[in-house]
Amino acid sequence: MKIHKYDTVIVGAGGAGMRAAIESTKRSRTAVLTKLYPTRSHTGAAQGGMAAALANVEDDNWEWHTFDTVKGGDYLVDQDAAEILAKEAIDAVLDLEKMGLPFNRTPDGTIDQRRFGGHSRNHGEAPVRRSCYAADRTGHMILQTLYQNCVKEGVEFYNEFYVLDVLLSEVDGVRKTAGVVAYDLASGEIHIFQAKSVIFASGGNGKFFKVSSNAHTLTGDGQAAAWRRGLPLEDMEFFQFHPTGIWRMGILLTEGARGEGGILRNKDGERFMEKYAPVMKDLASRDVVSRSIYTEIREGRGCGPEGDHVFLDLTHLPPEQLDAKLPDITEFARTYLGIEPYTDPVPIQPTAHYAMGGMPTNVQGEVLLDNTTVVPGLYAAGEVACVSVHGANRLGTNSLLDINVFGRRAGIAAAEYASTADFVELPEEPESLVVAQIERLRESEGTERVTEIRKALQETMDKNVMVFRTEQTLKEAVDEIASLRKRYKNVSIQDKGKRFNTDLLEAIELGNLLELAEVTATSALARKESRGGHYREDYPDRDDVNFMRHTMAYREVDEDGEESIRLDYKPVVVTRYQPMERKY
Amino acid sequence: MSTPTLEKKSDGPARSEDATPYITVTFRLRRFNPEELEEAYWEDFTIEIDPKERVLDALHKIKWEEDGTLTFRRSCAHGICGSDAMRINGRNRLACKTLIKDINPEKPITVEAIKGLTVLKDLVVDMEPFFQAYRDVMPFLVTNGNEPTRERFQSAEDRERFDDTTKCILCAACTSSCPVFWNDGQYFGPAAIVNAHRFIFDSRDEAGEQRLEILNDRDGVWRCRTTFNCTDACPRGIEVTKAIQEVKRALITRRF
Repeated sequence: MKIHKYDTVIVGAGGAGMRAAIESTKRSRTAVLTKLYPTRSHTGAAQGGMAAALANVEDDNWEWHTFDTVKGGDYLVDQDAAEILAKEAIDAVLDLEKMGLPFNRTPDGTIDQRRFGGHSRNHGEAPVRRSCYAADRTGHMILQTLYQNCVKEGVEFYNEFYVLDVLLSEVDGVRKTAGVVAYDLASGEIHIFQAKSVIFASGGNGKFFKVSSNAHTLTGDGQAAAWRRGLPLEDMEFFQFHPTGIWRMGILLTEGARGEGGILRNKDGERFMEKYAPVMKDLASRDVVSRSIYTEIREGRGCGPEGDHVFLDLTHLPPEQLDAKLPDITEFARTYLGIEPYTDPVPIQPTAHYAMGGMPTNVQGEVLLDNTTVVPGLYAAGEVACVSVHGANRLGTNSLLDINVFGRRAGIAAAEYASTADFVELPEEPESLVVAQIERLRESEGTERVTEIRKALQETMDKNVMVFRTEQTLKEAVDEIASLRKRYKNVSIQDKGKRFNTDLLEAIELGNLLELAEVTATSALARKESRGGHYREDYPDRDDVNFMRHTMAYREVDEDGEESIRLDYKPVVVTRYQPMERKY
Repeated sequence: MSTPTLEKKSDGPARSEDATPYITVTFRLRRFNPEELEEAYWEDFTIEIDPKERVLDALHKIKWEEDGTLTFRRSCAHGICGSDAMRINGRNRLACKTLIKDINPEKPITVEAIKGLTVLKDLVVDMEPFFQAYRDVMPFLVTNGNEPTRERFQSAEDRERFDDTTKCILCAACTSSCPVFWNDGQYFGPAAIVNAHRFIFDSRDEAGEQRLEILNDRDGVWRCRTTFNCTDACPRGIEVTKAIQEVKRALITRRF
C-alpha cells in the first residue's frame, strides 16, 4: 500500500475535473485520479453545444438564459445558482476560446451560435440562437482543449486509478475531508491519497438503464462512495431521457439536429410536436419531447412493425448543411443503422441520458452534509453534483456549461481552502473498507454472475423507472432492486488476478449502480407529483404546495447492520421567478 | 420541403426487422497474461451473435458469458472515446465501430492488441509512450501579447484550414499501424504529428516555428515513408498522411 500527500485531489478527468485541475494546479499541489485516460471521458460524447448569451448572432442576455434554465428545470432549480450559471457562461465560453477551442465561426469571425431546446428569446417568445458549438462534436473539442491545457499547465494525472472510498475524519465533532482510497487498475495495488481538499468530478450513473447514451464506465462511483460514508444524495429521482437516441442502441443524436431544422415525425409522417408544444415545437424541453414521443408510441402512432420508435427527419436539409453542422451523427446513422440521413429518416427513441441529481453542493462546489452544513474540504462538480442548476430537467447545452462554470469554481475554492487548512489525520486503517470490498469479491465462491444481475437491474429500471412512472411500477422496481442487492452479496468473479482486473472492476461498478438505483426508485416513489423528468401517471400534475422542494436521501444503518433509506427535503432557492404553468 | 411518404418510412426499420437470425462466429483472440503464463497464445471462442452487432459486443459477450478474465479497454462504445483500438483481422480499427457483418464472419475473426506498444494483458497495451509523444509536440494553443476582451477572431476559412486534424480522438490506431513506429518506437508517430498540425495551421497560434523544429528532429516527420497505413486506420476519417505531408511542406517552405 502506498500513501501519497497532495493539497488537492481531483477524482475524475472529464470536463469538470480538468477544468478544476487547471485552476487548482496553479494554486496548490494537485493530483487528478482518473479511472480512464482523461481523453476517454464521456464529456467527449457531448455534441450540440454550450449555452451562453453572447448575443453574437441575435439579441440575447443572461437574464433570459436564467429564466429558461429555471423554467426548463420546472421550478426545482435553485435560482441563485442558475443566475451564476447564466452570468458566468459568457466568460466560460470566452475562456475556452482563449484556451484554443475551435468553435464554428460567423462570417464576422466571432463564435457562431445555434438554437437548442428550451432556450428562448424574452421568456419564451421564440427559440433563440444561444448554443456555442463546434460542429456536432462540441464535447470532444472541450475535452481535448481542457486536456491540452492540463498538459500545458503540467497537471499531474494518475491514470486508471479507480477511487473507491472517501476518507472523512472527525475533528472536534466536525467531519472533515482527509483523503481518498484508490485502486490502481494496472497493478491491483491500493493507494491512499491524503489531501486537504478533494473534488469529486466523476460523472453520472446512467448505466443502470439499458437504453442509455452513457458510456459503460458511467457507474456513479463518486455518488456511491459518498453515500456509503453517510453523505446525502439530492434529487436522484430526476433523470433525463434524451428524446433522440438511436433506436434500441441509445447512442445520442444531438438536439442540435433539431436546432438545425430536423423534425420528429410519427408513422403518418405527422410533425407531432406541433400538438404538444405549439411555440417551440421540436425544440421544447427534453422531458416534454420524450413524453410526447412515448405518447405517440402508446397511442399507436409509432413507426416500424412493432410501432416502438419515431423518426428524426433530416431529409429536407441540404446535404452540405448536414456535412458541415452534423457530420458525426449522420455518420452514426450510416455506421450503426445502415441508413443514409440525406434521403431516409432515422429511427429514434428516448435514451437515458443525464442525472440531474447527485451530491448536494452549494454554489462554491462545497458538498453538503445536510440541508445547510458543508463538509470542510469536500467539493463536487459536474454530473456527480447537484448544485442545483438543472432542477427537475436540464436544458440541452447547460451541462457543458455546468462543468466549466462549476468545475472552475470548485477548483478555485478547493485550492484556496487547501492553502489555509491543515492536513487532517487519516482515520485508522484507512484502506479497510476498500480492502474488505475487494477481497470479498475476489475470494467469493458465490453462484451469482455480474452480467445477470446487471441485466436484471437495467431491465427493471427501463420497465419501471423510465419516462412514465406509477406507484405500482416504482414499488416493483424497489422490490426488484432489493432482491438484486441480496443476490449481489453472493456474486463471484472469474478473474482472481491483480493485473488489469476489469472483471473485478465491473463487479464493483455493479454494486455502485445497485445502491444508486435503489435511491433513485425510492426517491421517485415518494414524490407524488409530476415535475420535469419525473412523470407520475397517478399524479400527473405538478404540486408546488407539497413538492416544490429537493429530495434529500440519507443512508441509515441500524444496530443489526440493516440498511435503509431515509428521505428528507430541502427548500428550493427562489429569487426572481415565481412558479408558473410550464408551456412550450 | 419533402415529407417522407409512408412507404419510404417503412423501409428503414423493415431492413432491421428482416434481420438474419443469430449466426455462429469464431473469434480468435490473442491472449496474454504474465501473471499466469509468460507466453502469449491464441484462443478461439465460438459464439452466437447478431452480425449487425459490433465486435465490441462480441468481446463483451465472451467476457460476460464465457471468460471473465478476457481484458480490454472500452468506454463510450460508439467511436468517440478512443479506448478500444485493436487489430481486427490484421487491420487497426475501433471494436465499437466495426460491425461483425462487415468483416467476413464466415471465417474466424482475429483480434489482437495494437502493435508497437508493450502488451500488458490481452488487448491492453501501455499507452504511456504514445501520450508522451503527444505531449512532446506542444499540443496546446500558444499566443503572445495581451488577451482580447472578447474572443479572438477567426474567419470560417481559417477555421476550416485545420478542421480535419481537430477530429483526433488519440486512439493510437494510426501510430500503431505505422511500420516505421513498429521498428523504432522513438518516432513521434502519426498521431503526434496530427496534433501538431492542428495547432501549426491554426491562425490564432504563434508557436508553429517551435513545433516545426521539434518535428524537424531525427525522430520527426522525415521518418514518414508515406505508406498511408495511418490514413487507412483512422476511425475518424482524418487524412493523416496528407497532414504529415503538409507539415513536411511547411518545414521546407516555412509557410503555414
